[in-house]
Amino acid sequence: MSTAQYLPDFVYIAAIALFVLSLRWLSSPATARRGVLAGEIGAALAVVTTLFNPELVQYKWIIIALAGGAAIGIPLGMVPMTAVPQRTAMSHAFGALAAALIGISEYYMRLPNINKFEMTEIALEVIIGSLSFTGSLIAAGKLQEILPQRPIVYKGQNYVSLSVLGAAIILALMLILNPVHTAVFLLMVVISLFFGFLLVMPIGGADMPTVISLLNSYVGFTAALLGFVLNTKVLVVAGALDGASGFILSVIMCRAMNRSFTNVMFGAFGQLQTSAAAQAEERSVRTATPEDAAAILEAANYVMVVPGYGMAVAQAQHKVREFYDALTKRGIDVKFAIHPVAGRMPGHMNVLLAEADVPYDKLIEMEDANTEFPQVDVALVIGANDVTNPAARTDKGSPIYGMPILEVEKARTVMVIKRGMSPGFAGIDNQLYYLDKTLMLFGDAKGFVGNIVRELTGGGH
Amino acid sequence: MPTGFITNLYVFVLAGFVGFEVIRRVSPLLHTPLMALTNALDAIVVVAAIIIAGRQGTALSATLGAIAVAAAFSNMVGGFLITDRMVRMFKLSGRERKQS
Repeated sequence: MSTAQYLPDFVYIAAIALFVLSLRWLSSPATARRGVLAGEIGAALAVVTTLFNPELVQYKWIIIALAGGAAIGIPLGMVPMTAVPQRTAMSHAFGALAAALIGISEYYMRLPNINKFEMTEIALEVIIGSLSFTGSLIAAGKLQEILPQRPIVYKGQNYVSLSVLGAAIILALMLILNPVHTAVFLLMVVISLFFGFLLVMPIGGADMPTVISLLNSYVGFTAALLGFVLNTKVLVVAGALDGASGFILSVIMCRAMNRSFTNVMFGAFGQLQTSAAAQAEERSVRTATPEDAAAILEAANYVMVVPGYGMAVAQAQHKVREFYDALTKRGIDVKFAIHPVAGRMPGHMNVLLAEADVPYDKLIEMEDANTEFPQVDVALVIGANDVTNPAARTDKGSPIYGMPILEVEKARTVMVIKRGMSPGFAGIDNQLYYLDKTLMLFGDAKGFVGNIVRELTGGGH
Repeated sequence: MPTGFITNLYVFVLAGFVGFEVIRRVSPLLHTPLMALTNALDAIVVVAAIIIAGRQGTALSATLGAIAVAAAFSNMVGGFLITDRMVRMFKLSGRERKQS
């Protein structure tokens, strides 16, 4: 045995070290680019080393597949920032697909000599990989609005879903007892794919940050399991890192909604509250024009913007930047309060605002924002709803009771840009809109902010 | 139970703890790039896919391997690309805006 034989292992160990550094450097925007570079170097080293593996006998398909992967990956890396949530869901689907296909291939390669232990690992890996694949595709479809974003529910749904998962597990147990039944294996794959579909179809748009994080963690753990199957440590480590990341994000998202994993996955939000929303329509609200809004904003010292998914839908982030510039020029302090679940994935609002060149030191987290609101002259809510609903703190009967919210009602004046009075994704009426200090600015977020900016820049001097 | 499993379990548990400690320090500002980056790192499954696509084996396993190579490599390329695009956008106030 020569030391050269272990060279690939040394390279993989270097790659793992670079991966950990990569995540370490991502902790702050100042070092984040270095982090990406470390990850790229690690990945490139690992791929190039693998191409020299003596087990390889043909390269044609590898080259074609690498070229194909690059041809798919480059455009997916260049999508606009508003499309990042669906791109992320697609990349979860690809990751799960790759891991599941490798597991399936290993099963066929090892037949008929698979012991019970190997079969357990392979079955588990293929089940999780397959369900993450279809689940992520459905999530991407919902985010791209090819599929309806509202929760799709029917009676007895959870029993059906769990029975399907149970069937996949029973088939896996049959395989562990007798691995040679390829038909059982294929049926297990198909049923797992079907379960992924059933799992994500009922989940509504507002729960996407949690679901996308959970799928992230499934995909990571699938890769780690694949590392166990193939006895490849670099996969175990990368999978554990990815899985841990998805898991942490899921916990953060669940806490930010005051809900449990089970509640998100099986609780289909937004079904019960339609009656409450209907009876509220008669109550009156105060409205204002862009001129009125601009006049109030001009007199303010401190303005807090609360962006939500509606800002992303209206593509209003660049107009919001102009708004920020116009007020900052007048010496008015402007900050942005970011709720952890604002948008469709963790950190979504930060990326959109950073793209529009809003400095990141002006983006503040929920806890910090809530200590600021009593000093805020105007809180401007743009396309956010449930995360500002005071009922979460005051109304024990509300379905969102206990959810941490941005306490915008503590600001001196609240302005809400909204298309109409329709309730948010949770389907709950927002008490905020009926307060005396609240002005409703009805219209498209981009258009309305643009009009305010015109008033501020044109009318002021 | 094979001994390799136990070694892998050690590696998995330790890597999980390292991941937990490192990732919980990531600023919520960067949670979207974090997810994109971990996707790109996770795409390291491409090394396993390359072996399966290119080793002596059946046409079936080579085909499955090649599809896995394409799927994983697209994540690797796209993931690093979009993460870099995102982290480049984060700027402090007072800095000159640069057109990139």
